[in-house]
Amino acid sequence: MKKKKLIVFAFLALLIVLVAIFAKWLCPYDPYEQDLSASYQAPSFIHVMGTDAYGRDMFSRVIIGGQVSILATLLLVGIISISGTCIGIISGFFGGTVDMIVMRISDLCLAFPGLVFALAVAAILGGGVWNAVVALALISWPKYSRVARGLTLSIKDSTYVAAARLAGDNSFQLIGRHILPNIIGPILVTAMLDIGTMMMELAGLSFLGLGAQPPVAEWGSMMSNGRSMLQTYPWVVLSPGIAIFISVVIFNLFGDTVRDAIDPKSNRTK
Amino acid sequence: MKYIITRIIQVIPILFAITFLSFAMMRLAGSDVVEQKMLNTGQVISENQLIAAKQELGLDRPFLVQYFSWLGKLLHGDMGTSYVSGMNVFDTFISKLPATILLTISSIVFTVIISIPLGISSAVYQNKFTDYVIRFFSFIGNSLPNFFVSLVLMYFLAIKLRWLPIICREVNLNNIIMPTITLGIAMSAKYIRQVRATVLDELSKDYVIGAKARGVKFSTILWNSVIRQSLVTIITLLALSIGSLLGGTAIVESIFMWDGVGKMAVDAISMRDYPIIQAYVMWMAIIYVMVNLVTDLSYRFLDPRIRLGDAQS
Repeated sequence: MKKKKLIVFAFLALLIVLVAIFAKWLCPYDPYEQDLSASYQAPSFIHVMGTDAYGRDMFSRVIIGGQVSILATLLLVGIISISGTCIGIISGFFGGTVDMIVMRISDLCLAFPGLVFALAVAAILGGGVWNAVVALALISWPKYSRVARGLTLSIKDSTYVAAARLAGDNSFQLIGRHILPNIIGPILVTAMLDIGTMMMELAGLSFLGLGAQPPVAEWGSMMSNGRSMLQTYPWVVLSPGIAIFISVVIFNLFGDTVRDAIDPKSNRTK
Repeated sequence: MKYIITRIIQVIPILFAITFLSFAMMRLAGSDVVEQKMLNTGQVISENQLIAAKQELGLDRPFLVQYFSWLGKLLHGDMGTSYVSGMNVFDTFISKLPATILLTISSIVFTVIISIPLGISSAVYQNKFTDYVIRFFSFIGNSLPNFFVSLVLMYFLAIKLRWLPIICREVNLNNIIMPTITLGIAMSAKYIRQVRATVLDELSKDYVIGAKARGVKFSTILWNSVIRQSLVTIITLLALSIGSLLGGTAIVESIFMWDGVGKMAVDAISMRDYPIIQAYVMWMAIIYVMVNLVTDLSYRFLDPRIRLGDAQS
């Protein structure tokens, strides 16, 4: 049962990623081609999600927008999970001054509400999806370094690590052979559960105008651009919103099942 | 008491680091402060005037000199004037604070009313129908970005049903409803899970089994022991949320035009209004320090083992 669930959600998550990668070939229309005579058409069989202010097909724009939103999110989670883990392991394993400095920096990063800090960073770097990714990466890595550091600290003093050390392993070998394999599971779970949150934050930055810039289609900025038209042409706002919602749900469900599979101790249903 | 003082002393370097970072960060991007100010006011000026304006703001001096003069003024409570409105920063900030505090209180109350009863019933009826329904909704709530919730609420409550005004020009009861629900949905979804996990954890402890074995009624165990114990954890979590809410919620405040510190920060960032941004960063630093202190102290107060460990060492 559990395995079946994992396969189903893994398949759905993979499907979303594939749609994002092959977006260009899946769009029924050109997402950037303007046709002012066809602006604000309600959803129909020709335009499944209607058209926007410039007569662009919303369905095509949502698919292309997914490419930016999803691939940028995956890249972001990849960057912060790897760098955060490395920092956390080093900090936990070597301890001392390095540990203290790293922990104070991560304290600083956690001191601000994430989005506002990212806003400030994005404002300095300027708009653009990649700058938004950098901004979020700069404040989000401590999540991983804390998990990695905590686990490293608890493994470091275990007897098998001491035995390996006695057998002549140096620090790199200890980390590579004994510590990393033991903490990769929880880190993976954290990363999987993080995808949904990060997707929402990235879209939030774009929504505030600090992520993707027009005319690039991105879910957050599409919603923000259509905001004033909510009253008369709600599909312009609701289609990308529903797209975000569905992808976040699928990635969250996938994350939950991965957690249940990897870490039976924290099983939700007990 | 001695512990509290050491804690406060420990915090001072962090505060200074934050002031330095925020100052440095804003200056790094700040080569165009004066140009930005001119742009905002729509004036066209000559090169000489530009240099004069930079001199007036002290932007031609070395970085560290600027920092220390800024810090010195800050310690006297002088945060300067806004580049955009020309008003005193401290006064501007204070005028935005009540709206944010009001929204914090209302959304915390909303969250508590929703999440504590639902979380407890979800734990008590674990793996029954009620539990599944509650968990389903908390899952949905967790997957909704708050700007999407805001817009959907606007669409139905304000545009379709015309129950509420779309934009909150002033701070009053009608206008606080939508931002409160938006924030409350996301927070309740999170807290239902937390409450459920805490109560389940408590229910599986030995004393509950012992009480059951002695024939104590389940409702008595639940109300007198389990919930009372669980509340301790939940209140600590709530304290953290209050901290982050007091920082203002950039997106929700902006969407609903709720005139709080979060919206102020977003506006200031888009206008590059550095003095306002710095005031905001200082406010965040203060909240962070307070929240950390409160959680630390509450753990020590609630868990005697930590206190004991400290006394021995």
